[in-house]
Amino acid sequence: MIEVSGLRKAYGRTVALDGVDLSVREGEVYGVVGRSGAGKSTLLRCVNLLERPDSGTVRVAGQELTGLGGRDLNRARRRIGMIHQHFALLSSRTVAGNVAFPLEVMGVPRAERRRRVAELLELVGLNGRERDHPHQLSGGQKQRVGIARALAGKPAVLLSDEATSALDPATTQSILDLLKRLNTELGLTILLITHEMDVIKSVCDSAAIMSGGRVEESGAVADLIRTPGSRLTREIFPLPGPAPAGSVTLTFTGDPQRPLVSEVVRKFDVDVSILGGAIEEIAGGSAGRLRVALIGDEAPAALDYLRESGLLVEVS
Amino acid sequence: MTWEEMAPLLVEATVETAIMVGWSALLTVLLGLPLGVALVVFDRGGLRPLPALKSVLGMVVNVGRSLPFIVLMIAIIPFTRLVVGTTIGTAAVVVPLTVGAVPFFARLVETSLREVDRDVIQAAQAMGAGRATVVAKVLLPEALPGIVAGITVTVVALIGYTAMAGTIGGGGLGDLAIRYGYQRFETGVMVATVVLLVVIVQLMQSLGDYAARRLSHK
Repeated sequence: MIEVSGLRKAYGRTVALDGVDLSVREGEVYGVVGRSGAGKSTLLRCVNLLERPDSGTVRVAGQELTGLGGRDLNRARRRIGMIHQHFALLSSRTVAGNVAFPLEVMGVPRAERRRRVAELLELVGLNGRERDHPHQLSGGQKQRVGIARALAGKPAVLLSDEATSALDPATTQSILDLLKRLNTELGLTILLITHEMDVIKSVCDSAAIMSGGRVEESGAVADLIRTPGSRLTREIFPLPGPAPAGSVTLTFTGDPQRPLVSEVVRKFDVDVSILGGAIEEIAGGSAGRLRVALIGDEAPAALDYLRESGLLVEVS
Repeated sequence: MTWEEMAPLLVEATVETAIMVGWSALLTVLLGLPLGVALVVFDRGGLRPLPALKSVLGMVVNVGRSLPFIVLMIAIIPFTRLVVGTTIGTAAVVVPLTVGAVPFFARLVETSLREVDRDVIQAAQAMGAGRATVVAKVLLPEALPGIVAGITVTVVALIGYTAMAGTIGGGGLGDLAIRYGYQRFETGVMVATVVLLVVIVQLMQSLGDYAARRLSHK
């Protein structure tokens, strides 16, 4: 749905994007995570050409955008929704007026606009607030207006620029739930950037980690977690301190009910000491990371057993 | 001078002031608004960056603003004759008043437009809005409270300028104060015009503040 290849962008001597490739499939939620200055914001803004890349190409829904300009670009942008960290609502317009804005830009007739606006506000759970002005709304409500506005043109993709970064944790979760619901109900493809691992954890099917203008890792979240040495895994399941020599880090996805640790203890002559761990709901399933020390002569055989059972085993 | 003698003079002068300020304010808004928009749109990082054009416009505005009104009024007499066919009287005063106020108002418009949130402008562009749409539907409506405040300041400044307009036969309250209050030692007229001017300016400011407040949704 979104194909980015060889994207480069520099501001003077500062290189923001240093050859970025990204591929977002139709109907998935794709998260780009990284610290501030990693280039993720520039990347997102290159997708709808708010920033023009120095080189490389961007294709959205089969159309190459990098070659477009003027009216053609404006027409293509109407099929790409965008939501913003600070909401970017028009303070001079009411809630309904803000949602109607993109429809006016598209030249939708008044009666049709009114119908669409009512529909969209219903969709994001803001019916009854049509006549309010943005300053009368909470942050979460403002972002709902932003989402309704972004969906007005029935876009194929939604770009989210740190959409939850200005919100408190509970509101963040409700906005993420809404995005996930739109993703499943409308089949909306979402490309989001964030610096919060929680966002990746709770809504993303795929993810990319950016640093220094490059993509360090990318792929399906479930696959990334099973990749040895994955930075994403380390960031999602932070374990205390550096791993002590001889300790074993186990990463597992899938069935959390299977009592692997006690199985190992029963089958082999080993003792298991748990040093740290975390379990999370990720990409629809559950996954976890456990740091343990295996004590006993049969430790190597126990590790093989764990490997055969589908766990990622990393010995420090 | 009795109140009965003074009243018709005051009424006449107030009407003259109102006519001069009214027409010049209207023309100032009509000319200054596009100029203010141009200063922002053509600026570096604006919607349509044309730095050379912006520099020229900025220079013209600065020249207009650096001349004291009384000097400007005399200096542009040939231009005034060209536009209205005469250089004295109320109509002739509207020309220098407008020429003097346009650069002033344009700068105020420019300042208000610059305060519009960049995010909002970019959001509109991301929705596929063209430049004209961004100006008409984002920049101007978002800056409207500030522009209204700018109109208020401009009207008050114009009331001040009209006092000098008396020197070229424009009439008005300032002219009345000078001819009767100063030159004929009619202190009563002086006091009356001062009170009237204070009341008018106060009224204009309150009206402008009220309008700006009603329009603002921040």
